[in-house]
Amino acid sequence: MDTMTKIVMPQMGESVAEGTVVAWLKKVGEVVAKDEPLVAITTDKVDFEIPSLAAGVLSEILVQEGQVAPVGAVLAYIEETAPTGAVPPESPKAEEAATVAHATPAEIPPAPRPETWYSPAVLELAKEHGVDLEQVRGTGTEGRVTRKDLLDFIARRSKAAAPAPQRGAEPFAAAAQDQILPVSHLRKAIAENMLRSKQTAPHVTQIHEVDMTAIARYREANKDAFSRQTGINLTFLSFVVQAAVDALRGHPLLNASYTDEGIVLKRALNIGIAVALEDGLIVPVLREADKKGFLTLAKESADLAARAREKRLSPEDVQRGTFTVNNLGAFGALMGTPIIVQPQVGILGFGRVVKRPVVINDTIGIRSMAYLCLSYDHRLIDGAYAGAFLNHVQANLEGFDFSTIQ
Amino acid sequence: MEITYLEAIRQALWEEMDRDERVFMLGEDIGVYGGAFKITKGFLEKFGPERVIDTPLSESAFVGAAIGAALMGMRPIVEMQFADFIACAFDQIVNMAAKHHYRIGEPVPLVIRAPYGGGINAGPYHSQCPEAWFFHVAGLKLVAPSTPRDAKGLLKASIRDPNPVIYFEHKYLYRHMKGEVPEGDHVVPIGKAEVKRQGSTVSVITYGAMVQHSLKAAEQLMPEGIDLEVVDLRTLQPMDLETIIASVEKTGRAMVVHEAPKTGGIGGEIAALLAEEAFRCLDAPIVRVASPDTPIPFSPVLEEAYLPNADKIAIKARELARF
Repeated sequence: MDTMTKIVMPQMGESVAEGTVVAWLKKVGEVVAKDEPLVAITTDKVDFEIPSLAAGVLSEILVQEGQVAPVGAVLAYIEETAPTGAVPPESPKAEEAATVAHATPAEIPPAPRPETWYSPAVLELAKEHGVDLEQVRGTGTEGRVTRKDLLDFIARRSKAAAPAPQRGAEPFAAAAQDQILPVSHLRKAIAENMLRSKQTAPHVTQIHEVDMTAIARYREANKDAFSRQTGINLTFLSFVVQAAVDALRGHPLLNASYTDEGIVLKRALNIGIAVALEDGLIVPVLREADKKGFLTLAKESADLAARAREKRLSPEDVQRGTFTVNNLGAFGALMGTPIIVQPQVGILGFGRVVKRPVVINDTIGIRSMAYLCLSYDHRLIDGAYAGAFLNHVQANLEGFDFSTIQ
Repeated sequence: MEITYLEAIRQALWEEMDRDERVFMLGEDIGVYGGAFKITKGFLEKFGPERVIDTPLSESAFVGAAIGAALMGMRPIVEMQFADFIACAFDQIVNMAAKHHYRIGEPVPLVIRAPYGGGINAGPYHSQCPEAWFFHVAGLKLVAPSTPRDAKGLLKASIRDPNPVIYFEHKYLYRHMKGEVPEGDHVVPIGKAEVKRQGSTVSVITYGAMVQHSLKAAEQLMPEGIDLEVVDLRTLQPMDLETIIASVEKTGRAMVVHEAPKTGGIGGEIAALLAEEAFRCLDAPIVRVASPDTPIPFSPVLEEAYLPNADKIAIKARELARF
């Protein structure tokens, strides 16, 4: 009667080829309810828990904690118990499992459907050579990436790949009292991404000052009603996102990628929102932000941030951003020099809103001021373009149309 | 020296008749008249009436007789005057010749020569490409050469093969196609395709008269930077999947060209095989270029519109290359 159910490493996004088992939440021989979290996995995109696909007993673990397994690899076997078997359906674990709604197998996305589709040959080749297909410019029908496009890209890349410069790191010598902490997967991924971005793009940060007084007053007057009605807080960040989305429409080069193939202007406008976590940072993405109103964006931002903190993001949630907004002020910073999320070319940091004496028409007034800090990739963007964009964002904020908040 | 496709067939028949006295021929008007296309002219005089047998218009009967002779150890070659008439012998071929080996363990070394194909303004009863009817039948081998070299070599291989072989000889190529043929006992093995032109952009998988049209299309497209690889199947059954897949692995794009109507044609099977066996190397949909699903028109203008040719192949290949 009993059958074995495989637990496999799921495909978490098209560019993810493998994942690491962080922790087994059950031991061999333990009873597992259907949909109960079984194993914690991390990839360089996202952390998640795989639920059990069946009710039964964890009979065998094939991939141990700390080990890496390719997508599709069998991680463990669950020996299914018949409905009349030893495990009563009313297992106390089942109830607990029901709360882990996000992790039901049906919701673990298979390979997400890309905006432009890729042929089997292209997918196979990209996997083989570890190419992020969004970097490749397509010349086929409707901009499709053809196999030839990819082969050309790989050829150019290998030509361009010079040996990595030896960084003059001091030889490591821990003193007796020093403590050595293990590096988490998330930390490692952040470290690699930040280093890669700095090595890829010559960063310039340009800073504008913005008068947030009107927005601050509106916020003060409406925030309680807003949170009563919507269940979320009315944040400065929502205004900044709205203002940036509108300005990006007029400055498409900042919603682009600089590739060997050429400058890729992104049709979609997907805004990444940097969210601080206890042990790091993640950037979930507001998809098609230009097609959504203030309320929707605010709600989605709140939802993404909440899910990020609870580690409930799906791989889809962190992919295909085209521009990023970063709330520097959340932790008190007045200004900062954010690092671009590759392969994007711009990131807009927004500092803390503070009241300051400001000269207006030769009089001194008390105004709510903040700094807009745009880091951009100087390979593609110059100071004048960045300045025009910032002016646009600034004008949008200073003359914010509050009727759009419905 | 260059010889015609027709001459290559004649030479193969002559040499095999000469080499092996078990080989004999049956068919309509092949003796006294020398055959509808004069392929067997002079055979009666040389090999005599016992080995060059003029038959009545009775395809079922003389194919049946040939099967009997083959079972008794002879090597009969049946000439269908036109491949279109093969339908009259369908039961003998499909239910007898193809199955004997499986039923009683005896080989049936029979060759049926089937002059097929259009482009000769011969109308719906004298122009068909019936290979797909037999492609579905286990126990038959099907060959369809495109050059004098392959025509001679494959006919010799067919005559020496212990299985029933239908040898599709293209009527348009008889006198239009000339080429060198190696001296001596030249045999081309059954079951081996040949890349007739190396290319990198699109694999054109084809056979028979369409090989020449595909090669012409390749020349047309060369200045545009589209480099067709032309794979000549030569044998339709058993099919040389290895060569087809190797080509598609190289180009990532496959196109099947045949003169027979598209629906239920061999192209569909090739497309399915590629989808099953080579999906991972496909960079574009598999495309078929074939005739429309109607009988072949008699009017020369309509026939030209009906049949695939170099221009039609080039148009589709261009679309596929740009996909």
